[in-house]
Amino acid sequence: MAPASLLDVRRDGDELKAVGAGVWTSENADTLEQLVTEAARATGQSRSAQIDLSKVERMDTFGALLLERLRRAWTREGVEPRVVGLKRRYSVLIQEMSRTGLEPHPTPRRHEAAVERLGHNMVNIFEDAARLLNFVGATVAAFLRMLARPRTFRFTSMVNQIDRVGLRAVPIIILITFLIGCILAQQGIFHFRRFGADIYVVDMVGVLVLRELGVLIVSIMIAGRSGSAYTAELGSMRMREEVDALRVMGFDPVEILVIPRLFALLIGLPLLTFIGSMAALVGGGLVCWFYGGIQPGVFLDRLKDAISIDHFLVGMIKAPFMAAVIGIVACMEGLRVGGSAESLGAHTTASVVKAIFLVIVMDGLFAMFFAAIDM
Amino acid sequence: MDAIVGQEDTDAEDKRDVLISVRDLVVGFGDRTILNHLNLDIYRGEILGFVGTSGGGKSVLTRTILGLVPKQSGTVEVFGQDLDTLNESQRSAVERRWGVLFQQGALFSSLTVKQNIQFPLRENLKLSQSLMDDIAYAKIEMVGLKCDAGEKLPSELSGGMIKRAALARALALDPDILFLDEPTSGLDPIGAGDFDELIRTLQQTLGLTVFMVTHDLDSLHTVCDRIAALADGKVIAQGTIETMMESHHPWLRAYFHGTRARAVRSER
Repeated sequence: MAPASLLDVRRDGDELKAVGAGVWTSENADTLEQLVTEAARATGQSRSAQIDLSKVERMDTFGALLLERLRRAWTREGVEPRVVGLKRRYSVLIQEMSRTGLEPHPTPRRHEAAVERLGHNMVNIFEDAARLLNFVGATVAAFLRMLARPRTFRFTSMVNQIDRVGLRAVPIIILITFLIGCILAQQGIFHFRRFGADIYVVDMVGVLVLRELGVLIVSIMIAGRSGSAYTAELGSMRMREEVDALRVMGFDPVEILVIPRLFALLIGLPLLTFIGSMAALVGGGLVCWFYGGIQPGVFLDRLKDAISIDHFLVGMIKAPFMAAVIGIVACMEGLRVGGSAESLGAHTTASVVKAIFLVIVMDGLFAMFFAAIDM
Repeated sequence: MDAIVGQEDTDAEDKRDVLISVRDLVVGFGDRTILNHLNLDIYRGEILGFVGTSGGGKSVLTRTILGLVPKQSGTVEVFGQDLDTLNESQRSAVERRWGVLFQQGALFSSLTVKQNIQFPLRENLKLSQSLMDDIAYAKIEMVGLKCDAGEKLPSELSGGMIKRAALARALALDPDILFLDEPTSGLDPIGAGDFDELIRTLQQTLGLTVFMVTHDLDSLHTVCDRIAALADGKVIAQGTIETMMESHHPWLRAYFHGTRARAVRSER
């Protein structure tokens, strides 16, 4: 294939002559487009024009479209070309092409400018807050309706969810909190040893794990593990119109889908927090023994002195609130998924990010609250 | 490449030119054999309607030809080349020459219709943006959509528009053969009739060969040149609609002489 000979333009007196040859298909479309653009400008003083296609071996939509482009360009210049030598099997294609492209293309979708996006995001933050409150309201309303008719509570569904978000999360929660406990103790011993204050490591590990780290680590893990699963599940149910199916059968999706999931988290997360805190203490204790030389008996005695039931309660009281935040955010995002795969991804990301953010904000508020009541 | 030019150059096309040839194909999942030593030829320039029981392996056959489902034995030859013996670049050359319309359209949901059509162009050809836009809008108009559909996302389209947009994407690279998986399912009778018409027009305009899995008796009557019927993992009959109607196979009799089939015929 010699690209240069795809289209040859000559001037013959007053007549402009274009001779096409070779293969006018998608593979040569790029070269042919350039030749057509050049040829379109070459009209000059000509009065008539002719396009000879007898040497074109093959043609597809690409070739036909470019031929049509050349024809229109010359026609605009006032020299309407005759097309000769066209193989009969391509005439339908050429006719079809001459009917297309008469309307202007619609304007492409605009990408938002940076300032515009900033504005949208600001508005979104307030809308999000409103939506969250709205959803909390819908959940409470559904819960109250359920209290009036306790038999409608979907117990089996909740037990199934507890199995999925609670029981099956136990191994990974134990592993992670155990490691965090180990690291905490190791760092404490390493730095406290310089002041000869090794034994206070037990205080630090005990207070930190029971008050803050246990519940925080577990909440963040669950937001990533179970919150995202909730969003993806509900989101794909929405995409396949399962949520609409529930609604037209007269069921409230919040009551059927959200309440059991929320309760599963409300029960599961405190239990996981307890298990996680214990695993972290075990990790801390083992590191104190093997790395710091603090015997388990000494560790337990010191722990008994250092922490009170208050420390334990502070951690445990926070757990159900964290569960509620994670569950509500995850379900809300899930039920907002639109029709596309992209939307499912965006809402799953939003669910995890928002849940973790709110968990940390809540933890800060609780810290101020407990400080104020001296707990 | 040379072989292709040679084939297409004959103006008087040989009607018996085999584009796809399936021989002795066995496909199964676990213990279940779906296709049992199946043979099928698809000829250049025809519209072949493919019918069969629900769950009987129509889609499996399509997906096996396309290489989406592994086969246990047998050969699939496309454009005279055995797909098993091709290397990667030869295979992608074959894949460029077929277009597929999936049942649900399978448009990429994060791209606009225009971008969906341009996706195969962008990956396979080096073209200027203005030519790609012109091509995309030409295809949009050829499948009977309005230009403003080009900037819409698939979630903003109706079912019939999705089918048309997906057809435009399947046609993006000017394929030689078009696979249609139940093209008229989910369309109202008028929409389905228009779609049949469209397929017929495009087939004539672009010189396509069409392989159409369908249940639509109207499509079988109006657009298909030839029909192949699948039962018990084999092609039990093939030929024109008249041949099908005369067959004595119990399933074919039930299919073409059932209440719905009679209704279709009495309209004619």
